[in-house]
This record gives sequence, structure tokens and C-alpha cells, in this order.
Amino acid sequence: MSTKLVQKLDRVVIRFAGDSGDGMQLTGDRFTSQTALLGNDLSTLPNFPAEIRAPQGTLPGVSSFQLHFADHNVLTPGDRPDVLVAMNPAALKANLGDLPRGATIIVNTDEFTKRNLSKVGYVASPLDDGSLESYHVHPVALTSIAVEALASFTDLTRKEKERAKNMFALGLLSWLYTRPMDGTESFLKAKFSDKPEILEANLAALRAGFHYGETTEDFAVSYEVAPARMDAGTYRNVTGNVALSLGLVAAAHRAHLPLFLGSYPITPASDILHTLAGLKRYGVATMQAEDEIAGVGAALGASFGGALGVTTTSGPGLALKAETIGLAVSLELPLIVCDIQRGGPSTGLPTKTEQADLLQALFGRNGESPVAVIAPSTPADCFDIAVEAVRIATTYRTPVIVLSDGYLANGSEPWRLPRTAELPDITVEFATEPNAVDGSGAPVFHPYLRDPETLARPWAIPGTPGLEHRVGGIEKADITGNISYDPDNHDHMTRLRQAKIDGIADTIDPLGVDDPTGDADVLVLGWGSTYGPIAAAVRLARATGARVAQAHLRHLNPFPANTGDVLRSYQRVIVPEMNLGQLAMLLRAKYLVDIESHTSVRGLPFQAGELADVIAAAVASVSNAPLEEAAK
Amino acid sequence: MTTDLGLPTIGPDASGTAGVPRLADGTALTKKDFTSDQEVRWCPGCGDYAILAAVQGFLPELGLKRENIVFVSGIGCSSRFPYYLDTYGMHSIHGRAPAIATGLAATREDLSVWVVTGDGDALSIGGNHLIHALRRNVNLKILLFNNEIYGLTKGQYSPTSHVGQVTKSTPLGSLDTPFNPVSLALGAEASFVARTMDSDRQHLTSVLRAAAEHRGSALVEIYQNCPIFNDGVFDVLKDRTEAAARILHLTDGEEVAAGDNVVVRDGRGSLAVVPRADADPAHIVRHDVSADDPSAAFALSRLDSPDLGHVPMGIFRNVQRPTYDDALRDQIASARTGEVTDADIDALLAGRDTWTVGTPAGAGGVAEA
Repeated sequence: MSTKLVQKLDRVVIRFAGDSGDGMQLTGDRFTSQTALLGNDLSTLPNFPAEIRAPQGTLPGVSSFQLHFADHNVLTPGDRPDVLVAMNPAALKANLGDLPRGATIIVNTDEFTKRNLSKVGYVASPLDDGSLESYHVHPVALTSIAVEALASFTDLTRKEKERAKNMFALGLLSWLYTRPMDGTESFLKAKFSDKPEILEANLAALRAGFHYGETTEDFAVSYEVAPARMDAGTYRNVTGNVALSLGLVAAAHRAHLPLFLGSYPITPASDILHTLAGLKRYGVATMQAEDEIAGVGAALGASFGGALGVTTTSGPGLALKAETIGLAVSLELPLIVCDIQRGGPSTGLPTKTEQADLLQALFGRNGESPVAVIAPSTPADCFDIAVEAVRIATTYRTPVIVLSDGYLANGSEPWRLPRTAELPDITVEFATEPNAVDGSGAPVFHPYLRDPETLARPWAIPGTPGLEHRVGGIEKADITGNISYDPDNHDHMTRLRQAKIDGIADTIDPLGVDDPTGDADVLVLGWGSTYGPIAAAVRLARATGARVAQAHLRHLNPFPANTGDVLRSYQRVIVPEMNLGQLAMLLRAKYLVDIESHTSVRGLPFQAGELADVIAAAVASVSNAPLEEAAK
Repeated sequence: MTTDLGLPTIGPDASGTAGVPRLADGTALTKKDFTSDQEVRWCPGCGDYAILAAVQGFLPELGLKRENIVFVSGIGCSSRFPYYLDTYGMHSIHGRAPAIATGLAATREDLSVWVVTGDGDALSIGGNHLIHALRRNVNLKILLFNNEIYGLTKGQYSPTSHVGQVTKSTPLGSLDTPFNPVSLALGAEASFVARTMDSDRQHLTSVLRAAAEHRGSALVEIYQNCPIFNDGVFDVLKDRTEAAARILHLTDGEEVAAGDNVVVRDGRGSLAVVPRADADPAHIVRHDVSADDPSAAFALSRLDSPDLGHVPMGIFRNVQRPTYDDALRDQIASARTGEVTDADIDALLAGRDTWTVGTPAGAGGVAEA
């Protein structure tokens, strides 16, 4: 065996693609973990169909996992893969269009049968007809070599052996990019601890893939990507849904409240239910409810009793929960509602990302029904946003809607671990004493007598003697909370509830602007998961000399107090959104600023290159504008 | 790895109020203590008044601290109930009270949680939550006021209105087959199901007593008169003579009988009401309230007839099985290893695969996408 060349790279984008039953998500996930442990910065994009096993070998059945890793800070999963691993003709055909010329393609030739080719409309095999000439193609008989490597496993059927082909591919790629495989080996050992035969087969396939890379002539070079420079600390890789789950647990711990999750399974939110269901050790109670309404209802009931009530869902579920969230607005109780957005309307695109629930979150209830709305910007930020949600909900006794989305939920990145003791102290104080006296001077409890600063009402939980009271969805008299149909009282209470939510702006950071030259005329403003693509686009634009400022909203209701000032400081404000301009509409309405909306609803995150072009054009138009325009 | 945290494990044979703080010995509350300062706003003559009085009169008997009792209701006339009781209470939204109460009961074993609902609230818009609360056997006492009509929306037919009933929304008569709430509850795996009537204070109180004692979901159907939109629908059961002939009293261990009639099991296993003189004594049904198999209770529930010719009253079923809320607390208690510390949370956040970057570096990053 000759010593092969090792070449250093600063960044790589790999896409694993195969049938939805080929185990591509697992393969990508393991490769990501190995990469994270090596210290590269990274960002991932899992992309899969809604069907669990879509028809085999077809284009709609293709599942993929894209990973961008580098020796420097990365912000997106990458626009165009440098490497495509295609497990069958469908995977090749579905992904080829995204590859730049010169990209590397590793194909599983075993699957390039006449039948499979014709299933996706290939008349001739693209491996033979010269159509892949502008790419580096590595044809590998992945399935048969994997099966051959498992020849000694006489108890396994051929089908079972074939299933290990994804581990073979993982082994090969691990060699190609010099990734240590110990993490995957211990993962497999834990996963198949009760199936020793399957475990050994998977380990054998994994190692066979690695050795294949080492020995075969076809791969002459392997690559290294050095660890990225990151701030000192301990890191782990984390997806948005796991970070959100952990944030809820940590926040409940800091608030000294038991965490109760009422939830109904829905893509792409279910992983939060799964994660929290496994954390009973930390006092977490989870209930899989009979429907979305019961999930939020049980959470609200738990909040009434002094727990931290949480419900998790996606857009269709948020619609069903609307009436109960309205009740929570009226009861003025803490409630956390996590909406992991997906493509809509209706069932829409269950496994694809979108951020089109913003207006539903703000306004999708009857009556004047203000709630706090916040959105994480990256997978790791889902942790911090959960803590912020709990702070707002408990301080202001209000529902808080967290708008994550499928991209953040399933995507992952390195996360520098916070120290629990350094998280904000959000200790809650329940009411314990009467807070007023009646006409005869006797102490009484007024459930709607507010804190003058936050306008929050007391949280008096059952079991507290002397504070027995009734709350409900009927309009309440100010202070006493008794039923009231008085016109002036309703007007007063409606404004009070709004003022309470507006007042949250007093305790949130002002909107920060990243403007390195300090003289940009164009601002790009985003919210939620578009942070990575926008920041990457801004970097690209700046690299070409464009002066552009970037700001990102984490609080959508209320907005930071300086938002209007920021918007008015720029000649042009561009707002990219994965909807048809919902934030842009809100900003225009509230601040009378001519926002330029740039939108895309393809079920996929923005591509940095595409956004960079939009930014560059805007910057160019401003610098070309007549002087008197600029002087205004 | 179970650590005993000193928490009492409450089994299905415990009282429904086990775990709820009790008044000190020698102290007691009165009906007045359970009467709020709010003006009662039901229509004059409404059956709800009688039920309210019975509940207010009964609650002191439980010997529980008042602050540990919670009433949760949905929407409808009956759902105004919590406002008139000086306990903790929530008047929630239409049909959702069982779901809300489930979250409360699951997190607070020290509360006695009651749900007040009606035939529209529980069986129409909230049907799903009702059956699932019963299936889970959450420790809730669900009082279902059945007046066979929508009152608060002024007189539309309800899921318990009889076929052909003429109402505002069914001018030519209702087409829907009604629910039998007792049959529905039994089909939903309810562990305690009873029927009683607004005007029979003594019977109503005895059923409430048994429901409170039962650990798990207790569904109590209460026939309730709406004097405005469905007046007199249960009148034949309130006439002493008629009642004697029509009401089949369910008493554990005793024959099921009404006046001169008894319930017998026929050759196919169905139940029938026949004159005692014609009944083979070997076939006369004796009520077994704790029978494991709900079939007998279900068969009794099918003896209802639309003309109220025969109506079983009392406790159909009262069996012990683990409650959802106790089981959930047990799972958490056995998973716990003591107080959760900051270090525990730190370890949770770290997970299994971490790496450490030792030397502080700059903000990192070559400018590249």
C-alpha cells in the first residue's frame, strides 16, 4: 500500500443523498458528529420527504443530508456541494443540478440498473453517456463491496448485509476527509447493544469503507480540514430542537418551576416531545395529548397550578391552539408555545422549512389578543431563546410564542456550552398574601391588581390559603377580576393587556447593527432562521467591497424600542423572508418606512450567493444615486 | 436506581382525596365557606341552583382545606358554576375543561380537581377531551349537567336531545341519534360512572360522596331541568308515583328493580325489565358495581328509553385501576435521583460528545460563506 497524498482544505460541503430508507440522515448525522469532535465549525441541512418510505428509487423518495465544515466560522450549510454521495440514480438526478462544475460525485454503481435508471427517466446511464464529464466521478460498487465485506456473517441475510452500505459509505468518507470514527463506533455499540451480530456487521462495514479508501487506486488523495478557531470553551454539536428542549429544562430549573409539556406529535416539532419525555430524571412531566388543543389546554392547566406550562407544535397545530392561547391572554398566566414552522398552508410541506406563521403568531386569535413573539436565529440560539421565553412568560404572566422552523429544528451547529449557574436568575414569586382590603378593612385578594412596573398580575396558585379566586375567559373587571360587561372597563382592560406586552420592550436589548465601516446606506434586516444565510451573504457582499449593514430581530412582539430609529437611518432596507413579506408588512405599518421585501418560499433556506447578489445590486443602486438623493 | 424521596405512592385503592391537605382535627367548614360573593345569574327555576346548593352543602363533608379544591368548567350555563363557589376556579373555553384539568391534576396531587360541564360542552365540542380523560383515568370528578338542550345559546338541540325534538335549529325535528352519556363513558373505559338528578338532593349527595372517594376519573351525569328551553323534560322522574315505577335503583349487591318490575338477564345475555311475577328468580340481576367486566354496567345503561319508561339511577360502575396522574408522578419519582443541581443541568447540556477549545481565539473567521 502506497502512502497517499494528503491535501489541506479550508472548507468542504458534502451532501449525502439516497433513498428515504437508505439511512442517509443517520450517515450525515454521524459524519457531522465526527466532524464536530474534530473541532471544525459546521452547519447542516437535513432534507427529507414527508413519507417514511416513499416509493423506492423515485425522485420524491430522495432523502439528503448536507454538511458544511471548515477551519473557520461558517454560517450556512453551503449553497453548492463540493461532494455528492449518490446512493442511486434518483439521488444523482435530484441533486446534480445543485453541483458546481468540478464537484466530486461518489456513486453507488450497484443501484444503476436498467430498472432504476428508467424509474427516474434516464434512457442511458449517466455514468456511461459522458454527461458527467465535467465532474470528478468515483464509481464505487458500494452495496456489493459492503456485502462482500460481510461474507463471514453467515447468520445475516443478503438484505441485512445490504443495509450496512451506508456505514460503508460513512467509512469511505471518513477516510477521505480524515475523520476519526471512534465516536461512531461507540454510537453503534450503544445502539445495537442487544443485537451483537448487527453491531459487528455495521462495525465491519464501517471499517471496510475506511480501508477501501486507503487501498483503492481510485482515491489518490485524502483531505484534511483543520479545526476552526473558536472562542475558548467546551462545545457540543446541537440541533435546534434539542437546544430548545434543553433551554426549557434549564430555564425551568432557574425559575424553580416544574416543567410540564403538553404536546401532540407533529413534524417538525415532535423531537422536542421525544427529548423532553426522556428527561423525567430532571422532574420534567410530558403528556402526549389527544390533540393539539388538549396539549395546550393541559399546559395552561399546569401553569394555573404553578408549573411552567409548555406546548410544542407546528403551524397547523398553532391554528388549533389559538382559542386556548387567547384564554391564556385573558387569564394572564405564563405559557410557552413553540411553533416549529413548516411550509403551509394546510398540511403544506411538513418536512420543509418556512417562516410564514409570523402573522398567525401575532394576530391569529379572536379579539385584541397580544402575546410576546420571539424567534431564534440559529440552532444553538434555540437554547437562549427558550430561556428568554421563560423569562418573559413568567415575568409578564403571558403566553410567549417561539417561532423556530424546520431548518433550525433539524439543522445543527457547534454550541459553546453555557454554565447553568450563569444563566439569568428568573426565580418566580407566587402571591402568598392578600393584596388589598375590602370596605370593612378586611384583607382580600385582588387577582388583577397589577405590578405597577411590569403590569403583570399576581400568580396565586391553588393551595394558597386566603387567595381563593376565580378566573375565566369572560372579560374581567380591572383589579378585582370579577365578571364585567362594562364598556369602559373592557376598553381599559384591552389597552392594559396591550400595554403590558408593549412594556416588554423595556427589558430587551436594543436592536444591534453590524456595520463595520459605519457608513453603509443599505441595511439588511432579518428574523429567525434567515440569520445564517443573510450573514453569509453580507460577508460575500462585503468581500467585493460593498458597504452594507446587517441587523437581526429576535423579538417580533414587541420590537426592540430602537427599531424605528434603526430603519430610518438607512436609505434602503432589505428584508429577506421565507414568506411573502410578513415582517416587511409589519415594519411598514408600524414605522412608515419603505421596506424592500425579498422573499422565497421554496421550503429551503436562502442561498447566500443569491442574497449576496440582491445586496450588491441594492448597494450599487445607492452609490449610483444622484447626490441630492443621498443628501436627503 | 430508585431513591426514596419520601413521597407517598398513591395506589388505585387510595381515596380520591389522598394527598390533599385536610383541615386540622376539630375544625370544619360550612356551606357558607364555599359560597362566593358573586351574584348567581341562572334563570329562575334552573336546576343548576339545586346542584349548586347540593355541592356547597357537600364540600364541607370532605374535610379538605378549601384552598386545595379547584373547579374547572368549560362554556355553557352550567360552566358558570365555579364563580359561585369560594374555591379556586377556572371558567375556561368550550369543551376544554377536561384537558385543562388534566394538566392541573397531573402536576398537583395536593388538589381535589372537579370539572363542571354540560351536555353540549362535554359531549359535542369537548367530546374528545372527555373520552380521553376517562380513558386515562385522571383523578378528576366530572359533573355533567344534562338538560338535553343548549341553554346559553338559546335553545338549539344538543347531543342528548331525542330524535325528532323540535328546537330552534331543528324546526322539523332533530335527525341525530343522541348519545347516552353513561354508555359513552363506559365505552371510554371510565372507572366510575353514575347518574343522578338535580332535584334529589340526597341521592345527588350520595353520588358526589362516592365520586369524591373514587381515585380516578368519575363521570357523574346529573339530569338537570332547563325551565326556559326544555322545561319538564325529566318531570316524570320527579313525580313520586311515576318515579317509583320508572327509576331502576342501582344499589351494589341488590336486585335492580323499579316498583313491581325487575331487571332480568335473558337467554342471550341482554337485560330486560319485566314484572316481578313473570321473572325467574334465578335470572334477576343483582347489581355488581365493582365488576371488572364493564359489560353488565353497559347493559344496564341500555335500559334507558326515550320516554323515560325505565331509567337506571345510581352508580353503574366503580372499579379501581391506576390513575394517569399518579402513574406520571411515579415515573418521575422513580427516575429522580434527588434534587436537581446546577451540575446536573450542566451535565445534561453537555451530553455525551463534547470537545474543548483551550486557547482563547479571536472572533474567528475568515470572511467566507
